[in-house]
Amino acid sequence: MRALTWHGKHDVRVDTVPDPEIVNPRDAILEVTSTAICGSDLHLYDGVIPGMTSGDILGHEFMGRVVETGPKSTLKKGQRVVVPFTISCGACFFCQKQLYSACDNTNPAEKQDMTEGLYGHSVSALFGYSHLTGGYPGGQAEYVRVPFSDVGPIVIPDGMDDDDVLFLSDVLPTGWQAAENADISEGDTVAVWGCGPVGLFAVQAALAMGAGKVIAIDEYPNRLALAKKLGAEIIDFKQTNVLEALTEMSGGLGPDSVIDAVGMESHGFAPDTVMDNIKQNVGIGADSPHALREALMCVRKGGTVSIPGVYGGMADKFPLGALMEKGVQVRTGQTHVQKYLDDLLRRIGDGELDTKFLISHRLPLEEAAKGYKNFRYNQNDWTKVILKPGMLAA
Amino acid sequence: MYRDHRPKRRAAYRPEPGELWLAAGIGAIIGLAGASWYQIQTRNSVDRRLPDDAPLRTARSQPDRRRTVTGRTITIDRPRSELYEFWRDFKNLPQVMENVKDITADGDLSRWQIDGPGRDVSLVTAVTDDVPNERIAWSSTEASDIETRGQVSFRDAPAGRGTEVTLDLEYRAPGGALGRAVAKMFQSEPHLQARRDLKRLKMLMETGEIATNANRRSAA
Ligand SMILES: NC(=O)c1ccc[n+]([C@@H]2O[C@H](COP(=O)([O-])OP(=O)(O)OC[C@H]3O[C@@H](n4cnc5c(N)ncnc54)[C@H](O)[C@@H]3O)[C@@H](O)[C@H]2O)c1
Ligand SMILES: [Zn+2]
Ligand SMILES: [Zn+2]
Repeated sequence: MRALTWHGKHDVRVDTVPDPEIVNPRDAILEVTSTAICGSDLHLYDGVIPGMTSGDILGHEFMGRVVETGPKSTLKKGQRVVVPFTISCGACFFCQKQLYSACDNTNPAEKQDMTEGLYGHSVSALFGYSHLTGGYPGGQAEYVRVPFSDVGPIVIPDGMDDDDVLFLSDVLPTGWQAAENADISEGDTVAVWGCGPVGLFAVQAALAMGAGKVIAIDEYPNRLALAKKLGAEIIDFKQTNVLEALTEMSGGLGPDSVIDAVGMESHGFAPDTVMDNIKQNVGIGADSPHALREALMCVRKGGTVSIPGVYGGMADKFPLGALMEKGVQVRTGQTHVQKYLDDLLRRIGDGELDTKFLISHRLPLEEAAKGYKNFRYNQNDWTKVILKPGMLAA
Repeated sequence: MYRDHRPKRRAAYRPEPGELWLAAGIGAIIGLAGASWYQIQTRNSVDRRLPDDAPLRTARSQPDRRRTVTGRTITIDRPRSELYEFWRDFKNLPQVMENVKDITADGDLSRWQIDGPGRDVSLVTAVTDDVPNERIAWSSTEASDIETRGQVSFRDAPAGRGTEVTLDLEYRAPGGALGRAVAKMFQSEPHLQARRDLKRLKMLMETGEIATNANRRSAA
């Protein structure tokens, strides 16, 4: 089959690789119909997440048609399903608590050594991501093996397009969980850093959860315009001092909740970002959390900090004093996707949530490398790229 | 007669002023580091420590270098009896033990074929303690390539979380080439094996399968 494979920093290619097979009883094989490029893929593309191996198949946001099932799978051939990017067993202590991205049983035992070394405990496996999270082949491919297929995938009713439901796989529940973690009370002011797919869904979710005012921060006009259309007020951080502006726009109090939907590759010419970038370039597993530092400075006393943005290693010059002295709460994590699927699918069906507004480009899988390049370097125009294995190359 | 190997005497070395400053700077840093180390070590120092409640295998240093003590505890959400039954039938263990190829029963003894670096290691063990649903202990016999003891114990986990399973292992490496091979296998990363094996046991018991990222059966 054809699949998008990782070969190093800024080197991804569509290669021919062996087709997947049913390996374990609970597996299913999908023929992928749509798959997206995620902001997390950009961290891999930029080589700042540790634990990647040349030849890894990327892609963790995907859906498709079931073509084969293992004896313990509950799926049926021909069903259309969206697959959560978190691989979870459904049985362990963490899955029972719906902490699916903390599942104990899906990251292969020999892969957990490295994760324990880095994080103290191992975390769940993810599709198409670092070997710290299992190194499972991902869904930017014609076919994909879906382990624990009786727990994750959600069956999509006929009549709903791929474009309507694909984001259930990752960015929609991630934005939703980000807002949930922000602990929003009716009328609250919520600030969101980053108007990428995650930030934009967080804006929608925060408003749906009763926020009185959502302020979205980015530098790209097209992305800021999307946030505005969803009902947010906007700040261009290249134009405006964010701390001063947010304080003014929240009656001098500071936002009740702040959401970092930027992650480890924050932009902007700030001295801390320059130092962080130097460290990332020499490859010492460093995070560049400028947006998070700023969010901690901006949040009101006793407020809540929600971090959907991905971090992988260590950070310094971190405003720990602001966190402690202001008594803020921090909530974060990879998304427990399975927990949100039924509710979000219903909201899409009822027309409560719009997902299609995000899509700027659709490409055949063969042109995936072009998609990565533009999603990385042309962020103003490329807000979300969908890859279609079935689409013919232009 | 012997030749003089000493290098020819060079002109006397004269440091540049910049180098002197650098040396002074490095000296100051070393001095400060030393002073703070001394402070940390001597501030509130104690001359007696209480024996703590942590298991011996978590000690910062092991008393006997030739003996490796290792182990791990894991919580498995299955009843004690089920886990005990699985372990008591030693033939089941190769399913979860990565480098154990095969275990066969031989009367009261178990014969283990272990995949070692470059050669197989064989082990014959006898059960030395067996309390149903609580613990099983075994020990190598004379016929074994290595000297080892092990014990697995099962306790009810708190709050209905299932069973806490603890595996304790002890190895004593023999001398010679075999000893070195065995040492490499068990002692370079003594904790790895116990923790991987227990995690695979947990996967099998809780989910019915052992997770793998292999995309094809031949690679699993
Ligand atoms: N927690 C999860 O499970 C999960 C899931 C998906 C994605 N993520 C992470 O969420 C983050 C965002 O993902 P995305 O798909 O939206 O990515 P994206 O790269 O499309 O969006 C990031 C946005 O942040 C903006 N930005 C950069 N620096 C900024 C700053 N200093 N202040 C304000 N905005 C800034 C960029 O201009 C960009 O628009 C990534 O870190 C991604 O890895 C997490
Ligand atoms: Zn993602
Ligand atoms: Zn689980």
